[in-house]
Amino acid sequence: MKSAVIVFPGSNREGDVLRALKSAGSQVEKVWHAETELPKGTDLVVLPGGFSYGDYLRCGAIAGRATVMDAVRTHAARGGLVLGICNGFQILCESGLLPGILMRNANLKFICHRQFLRVERNDTAFTRNYAKDQPIDVCVAHGEGNYTADEETLKRLEGEGLVAFRYSDAQGHITQDANRNGSMNSIAGIYSEKLNVLGMMPHPENLIEDLVGGTDGRGLFESLVSSFAKAA
Amino acid sequence: MIRNDVAITPELVKEHGLKPDEYERFVTLIGREPTITELGIVSAMWNEHCSYKSSRIHLRGLPTKAPWVIQGPGENAGVIDIGDGLACIFKMESHNHPSFIEPYQGAATGVGGILRDVFTMGARPIAALNFLRFGEPDHPKTPHLVSGVVAGIGGYGNSFGVPTVGGSVGFDKRYNGNILVNAMAVGLARTDEIWYAKATGIGNPIVYLGSKTGRDGIHGATMASAEFDDASDEKRPTVQVGDPFAEKLLLEACLELMKSGAVIAIQDMGAAGLTSSAVEMGAKGNLGIELDLDKVPCREEGMTAYEMMLSESQERMLMVLKPGMEQEAEAIFHKWGLDFAVIGKTTDTLRFVIKHGGEVKADLPIKELGDEAPLYDRPWVESPKQPVIVPDSVKTPMSEAEALLKLVGSPDQCSKRWVWEQYDHLILGNTVQTPGGDAAIVRVEDGPKGLALTTDVTPRYCEADPFEGGKQAVAEAWRNITAVGGLPLAITDNLNFASPERPESMGQFVGCLKGIGEACKALDFPVVSGNVSLYNETNGQGILPTPAIGGVGLVDDVTVNASVAFKREGEVIILIGATQGWLGQSIYLRDVCGREDGAPPPVDLATERRNGDFVRQLIRSGQVTTVHDLSDGGIALGLAEMAMAGGVGAEITAFPENLPLHAFLFGEDQARYLIAVDEDVAADILYEAGAIGVPAVTLGLTGGDALILPGQQAISVKQLKAAHEAWLPNYMTGKA
Repeated sequence: MKSAVIVFPGSNREGDVLRALKSAGSQVEKVWHAETELPKGTDLVVLPGGFSYGDYLRCGAIAGRATVMDAVRTHAARGGLVLGICNGFQILCESGLLPGILMRNANLKFICHRQFLRVERNDTAFTRNYAKDQPIDVCVAHGEGNYTADEETLKRLEGEGLVAFRYSDAQGHITQDANRNGSMNSIAGIYSEKLNVLGMMPHPENLIEDLVGGTDGRGLFESLVSSFAKAA
Repeated sequence: MIRNDVAITPELVKEHGLKPDEYERFVTLIGREPTITELGIVSAMWNEHCSYKSSRIHLRGLPTKAPWVIQGPGENAGVIDIGDGLACIFKMESHNHPSFIEPYQGAATGVGGILRDVFTMGARPIAALNFLRFGEPDHPKTPHLVSGVVAGIGGYGNSFGVPTVGGSVGFDKRYNGNILVNAMAVGLARTDEIWYAKATGIGNPIVYLGSKTGRDGIHGATMASAEFDDASDEKRPTVQVGDPFAEKLLLEACLELMKSGAVIAIQDMGAAGLTSSAVEMGAKGNLGIELDLDKVPCREEGMTAYEMMLSESQERMLMVLKPGMEQEAEAIFHKWGLDFAVIGKTTDTLRFVIKHGGEVKADLPIKELGDEAPLYDRPWVESPKQPVIVPDSVKTPMSEAEALLKLVGSPDQCSKRWVWEQYDHLILGNTVQTPGGDAAIVRVEDGPKGLALTTDVTPRYCEADPFEGGKQAVAEAWRNITAVGGLPLAITDNLNFASPERPESMGQFVGCLKGIGEACKALDFPVVSGNVSLYNETNGQGILPTPAIGGVGLVDDVTVNASVAFKREGEVIILIGATQGWLGQSIYLRDVCGREDGAPPPVDLATERRNGDFVRQLIRSGQVTTVHDLSDGGIALGLAEMAMAGGVGAEITAFPENLPLHAFLFGEDQARYLIAVDEDVAADILYEAGAIGVPAVTLGLTGGDALILPGQQAISVKQLKAAHEAWLPNYMTGKA
């Protein structure tokens, strides 16, 4: 599998996701935000975490309109895989690839902590190595991760099974306590209609080794790589 | 001849923070009345913050050398060799005064400044830490300051993309008018790719990089060199505004430029901005510097030479480039969207010449600006010695179990989760030990090496006995690194004291420094960088003497380490080190008995080293993975923290008959550790300890869901945790 990690000015978790992709067996290339095309043969585009352009405006608003995003939209329209993590999720919402928006956390503070997620479905390219309803232990680090959408959008996301992950407790129960940023329906990540674009606030890329907290994040990257291994 | 538009009056001299004799010294040096720009320049160079005029004489006594030290104090940061061609570059610096006036920006730019110090030398920052002290919780300003400072530290570090992995937070009424915000940054570079401030070559271009210059922060360093009064809020305009995004771009651009081979010397613009950075580069290289301010990228129109030379706008750098490399360098900076301008050149005149609008605004001897700064041997008096408190003389107002429950939920001992959850401590994916333990561990690149990092000092000890307190601060940093399995290598010190013009507080400074020096020598733990912050006082009331120590140690293999959490039931708890039940200046005496007296625990450095070396060897040989060093609150608090971290209880059955129980449990004798080990190896460890004369005794066993102290009612781990976690969030939401 060939992955392209887009680097915006202010991206800061590009190295973390690069390491996770490589360790799962993907080839990876960094792509500068001013590029007009993706590298030939790109299977997966990753928008990493960070504070693109400082995020002094609405988070992801400027990055969502960056030059490279036209190429990303074209890739997605062709059915190519796109993964946006944290700031990447915010950028996907701002670029029109995913619905809704990430508001400031309910407590109005940046929060960084370990967090369980429940895997809502395991029949996508991103989650095939997980079990359905499996609680996975990853982490969050964001100030604006409070997923918000209008009623109609929310109904559609739920109705079409487009919620990818929800904040849960260690047993996979969806509780108010586990939903610290105040997201609607405890949504931690969502898919596009065709399930080829995933945006998520938590960071699976930081939980890929026992030494630094655990390996529950590996499944996502290994799912992606194995999707391609099978296809090829 | 320089045209002088502004008459230099005694009032003007005073406003610039110069004493009349200091001004006279300057006039004699240059042989004429200075221009206003020159007065500004000298005020920036000769204030306490930049010139260390009251502290220099005493700083000379600190040990700064060791075979692994590549660069000691005097550069942007200290550099140590960690093997495999890698260097660790680190420093701690205060932003106390600005943080009190504008907590968010003051703290944020403190982080920005220290990160810049580290990457100026070619290092990529891999960790940040901090040391914070606030006024008493009941003071009306305290919650606002806590909230702003924590948000500011997080706001800058999180966006920049460095994990904030450790720190210290405490409260005391003595910080009511002067909080402490000390930020530490740790970076990594190759030993053959370290960059210094020393300019070389005549006629080489001097390049301005980064953000534009504005009017913010003018006289910031002068403000930091004066005590506060009731009108200090009026100093808000001297606080700078941080832009972590610009800093992140500056980092990437600088590292890219360094790789290109175009850089001769580099210096960040921190305190006293363009003035201090340019003078430093020239003076270090025995060269003159000529700047043309018309070329300086400005944010505002009509800025004067005076304003440009004193602006402390953030995220700016000065470089000397190899001639002919300007275009290549400019292309890199423009790619990152940053300003780049050739604003001057090196000369052979040893003069610091500033031109603006076609006129010379300043023409000063460059070396004398630094070398001839005033140097004071301020009068000082030794702090009066406090009597030693005999354990039997301290009466207990409550049971030991009640006292422990009170302490775990007290402002100083409670969990600081509310603070560190606002810091991204996981970015970069190398945080092996997160905040909340003895020392943080970050892996170096892909391992197996790691760095153990901590910030420490016990200010109440330093006030009661500056010499012992200074020793203890270093010893505790050394112990915290040891307790995770690290070999302590070097420290950075952030010396926060009150006015040096009062002999009592100068005496505290002198005493603490002597103690720090002695401990550093005995523990092979040299000082490689640091910062002095004096005048931390308001309306004549000084802070507690607070020499914060930032320690760095090396972990050879990060997979072999120890943490505080009890990991299994049925493990034997062993106390390493001797216990006399030292209650003087203890947390128990202060927070349970309401007394703040007595001599603090003495630190025997030979014992410290012997006990610590023993514990480290147990960790490194893989025999022990559960270790906690003992400090505030002694054995009882240590046990509680180990139980809470692991979710496993313990029962303590052994205790000395000849000591009151509360003195045994809460005494703060130094050089001690608690370890928990498998029953099979416990006997061996006790034997090994005995063989080399390290005191080691069995206290009890881990297990159950409660902590049971001798003869006391069991306290469930759940109850301990509830008390421990509750105070700070409740306080910050107005419920405590």
